[in-house]
Amino acid sequence: MSILGSLDWNDIFIVPFFTDPSLSTGIAAGAGGIVVLGALAVMVLLTVKGWWKPLWSNWITTLDHKKIGVIYIVLALIMLIRGVLEAVVMRAQQVSPAPGFLSVEHHAELFSTHGTIMIFFVAMPFLTGVINVVMPLQIGARDMEFPFMNAVSLWLSIGGAALVMASLVVGHFETGGWTAYPPYTGIKLSPNEGVDYWIWSLGLTSVGSTLSGINFLVTIYKQRAPGMKLFDMSIFAWATLCTAILMIFAMMPLTVASLMLALDRQAGFHFFTATQGGNMMNFANMFWLFGHPEVYILILPAFGVFSEVIPTFSGKKIYGYTSLVWATIAIAVLSFTVWVHHFFTMGQTAHLNAIFGIATMTIGVPTGVKVFNWMLTMWRGKLRFSTAMLFSTGFIFTFVIGGITGVMLANPTIDFATHNSLFLVAHFHNMLIPGLLFGMFAAVNYWFPLCFGFRLDEKWGRRSFWLWMIGFYGAFMPLYAIGLMGAPRRMAFFTEPAYFPWLVIAMLGALCVLAGLTAQIIQVWVSVKNRESLMVPAGDPWDGRGIEWSLGCPVPEYDFSTIPAMTSREPWVDAKEAGKRVMDPTEFVDIHLPKPTGMPFLVGLVATLFAFAMIFQMWLIAAVGFVAMWVLVLIRSYDTDWEETVTAEELREGYEAHKRLVETTPQIRLDDEFTTKNRGLIMETQV
Amino acid sequence: MSATMSNTGAAHAASHDHGHHDKTGTVIFGFWIFLMSDLIAFSLMIANYADAEWHGIANGPSPHELFSLGLPTIETMALLISTFTFGICTLGMKYGASMKRTVGWLVVTLALGAIFLGIELYEFHEFWTEGNTPQVSGFLTAYYSLVGLHGLHVTSGIIWGILLMVQMKTFGMNDLIKSRLVRLGLFWHMLDIVWIALFTKVYLMGVL
Repeated sequence: MSILGSLDWNDIFIVPFFTDPSLSTGIAAGAGGIVVLGALAVMVLLTVKGWWKPLWSNWITTLDHKKIGVIYIVLALIMLIRGVLEAVVMRAQQVSPAPGFLSVEHHAELFSTHGTIMIFFVAMPFLTGVINVVMPLQIGARDMEFPFMNAVSLWLSIGGAALVMASLVVGHFETGGWTAYPPYTGIKLSPNEGVDYWIWSLGLTSVGSTLSGINFLVTIYKQRAPGMKLFDMSIFAWATLCTAILMIFAMMPLTVASLMLALDRQAGFHFFTATQGGNMMNFANMFWLFGHPEVYILILPAFGVFSEVIPTFSGKKIYGYTSLVWATIAIAVLSFTVWVHHFFTMGQTAHLNAIFGIATMTIGVPTGVKVFNWMLTMWRGKLRFSTAMLFSTGFIFTFVIGGITGVMLANPTIDFATHNSLFLVAHFHNMLIPGLLFGMFAAVNYWFPLCFGFRLDEKWGRRSFWLWMIGFYGAFMPLYAIGLMGAPRRMAFFTEPAYFPWLVIAMLGALCVLAGLTAQIIQVWVSVKNRESLMVPAGDPWDGRGIEWSLGCPVPEYDFSTIPAMTSREPWVDAKEAGKRVMDPTEFVDIHLPKPTGMPFLVGLVATLFAFAMIFQMWLIAAVGFVAMWVLVLIRSYDTDWEETVTAEELREGYEAHKRLVETTPQIRLDDEFTTKNRGLIMETQV
Repeated sequence: MSATMSNTGAAHAASHDHGHHDKTGTVIFGFWIFLMSDLIAFSLMIANYADAEWHGIANGPSPHELFSLGLPTIETMALLISTFTFGICTLGMKYGASMKRTVGWLVVTLALGAIFLGIELYEFHEFWTEGNTPQVSGFLTAYYSLVGLHGLHVTSGIIWGILLMVQMKTFGMNDLIKSRLVRLGLFWHMLDIVWIALFTKVYLMGVL
């Protein structure tokens, strides 16, 4: 075997189009072309503008939690564009006359990459990014506990995403869905490199997520501001804590299951083969031991976001703090007890199904508690419908519908009729679009000023909300209907005429979602263009409640000039009620911040090279990459000079400057919140 | 990734003198969390083995036909003693033993680890040459993977220990090195506990 393993010319994206020209191979070649041209365009832009150096020194080498968070979110948005475009292509395929314009394999690749990307490379980086930006600011910390490891997690995730993008250009992705069940994904039925792409891109990102989980957890336990008890934390920090615990325990089953699959495929092992004593049910069990907690990894941070946005824009404190925290903990615990409901039909006894069905329905209880908490927070509040608030209220409404269909599916007898149908597909999109994406969109609209110093444009934000909302209902309500009529999921085309009108509506819905995404891109563009008039340098543009809003926008690299004194659950609200416009400083001391380093980027790069080599069985390169990865870590372990000092004097100057700015910023009324009068710090605080 | 420590933030600001103490404690806490995650991997492999030793035999041997207790017992003793010697190593460090002594006990520990590993590889070799490769059956796949995963951990522990001894020479016994040694100790003790579970499940229950 050559040094390039199983790689050959036919794996290059445009070659199949020439050997077998069709619309399907043409679309594949086009998609690969977009990736290549996009990468080239970015490089040209960076070169022309002379941005390589600032990109390296300000972003790639950064260990600042806020910047790392921003990079995660940018990654999520890039991958979201691909995921949505794939959805639109699939919807177009199903409304075109059977058998459609895509080959069956190409359609299967599309739904596999769509699922894999949306879960692992949109949802995960999105929530990890938001947590990175916000959580340390809410607990009064200056960074994550392990900033270097934080950056390593980031670059491993980016490496995983890069591999999925590479599969458009070199070779194929797998065709077995995002769950990649063997024996179909075994070497006999899936001989090409597709499944290996899935295994190794997930391998990188799941290690990254495990390390992120450890980082979040230790940060929350060890870095809270003095005086802040666990039950003084914001709900978002609580959601992060529970998510972190889920990440620590739930990512490992995925890593183990996918590496076992790799051994089955490449080394002839028999973990999951259909012959010689393999047991594919072990894969299903392990995958969902990861997969179900994963659902709550995705949803809990969004719950946390809503619990911050809704009180702010209702002008009230959160209703039922303690019940909300316990509901979050209950969901996290229960999430480990329901995994069998993903395969009720795969052979276990009715008794076992009944137990897991009941456990599943139980999760509806704490979730219901949360819904009431949010509604009662809004009750008799003075509601202001900013973009973030629109996404939050849209979420409550839509999520409850998804929850109801979820309780239906939790009943094994109903599940036997609806499993593997589009009803199920409609259900989980109904959970994840409001329960994850809307939450993350709300988070971006709400906390954007912390990172960049200006608000996002409200007009385009509201447009994007309505397009997403209408698009969602258009795209997925029809799938409930035809799912109940019997339409199975993952079909390349349907010949049943009764489905057709519904599929047309779903297609229009998908286009509406695409328009929503476009509106968001325009929103960012317009906001950047008008950033001068959207600046909120005094901070706190929404009469916020968390201590992150006591800081100026953008937040300085050291976050807090002094660590805030936690005298209550909402010290910033107390300060504002006492008529103060800045929090009283505690003690100015010299602090240490981590120095920027390119090492995490290099570790990620070498790890990606290793993974790519494993995919194409280039064993020599893989070995070199693996060793190089650890050599880099070893080199870093010799570096004991990893911190730089910010003196107490600099911090005092920062504080004084912020104070002067705040004192010269005119006070405005809440009604002017969304106008250009808002330069930060609205002082009308209600109880 | 032992170089990830930082002492930014509240703990450090609150008590500058004890900053290094806090940092060490926090890093060790983080390492405990990592070990919990690692234990999940072992638990899953054991669960998979428990299934495969009954249902995965196919045309291959059963655990009863394959295993004997002789070598695994010696192996186990080597690892158990190594955990004891590592205990002496870190306790000595705590009470101010000389670097030479600390390194000495670490060498003894790693040597016992190497003996353990040698016996394990010898046994793998024996099975392999009898034709009982992991490709034969689900049971053998599970056996090699479970025991092999533990073996890989021991191997990385030995490499880590050797590199750490080099760093002891370079840096001397400073807080950083002590913290790294304590973490290696936690890792090593965890592997010992995991091995007790493996020995019981794989060999003892397999033979009986």
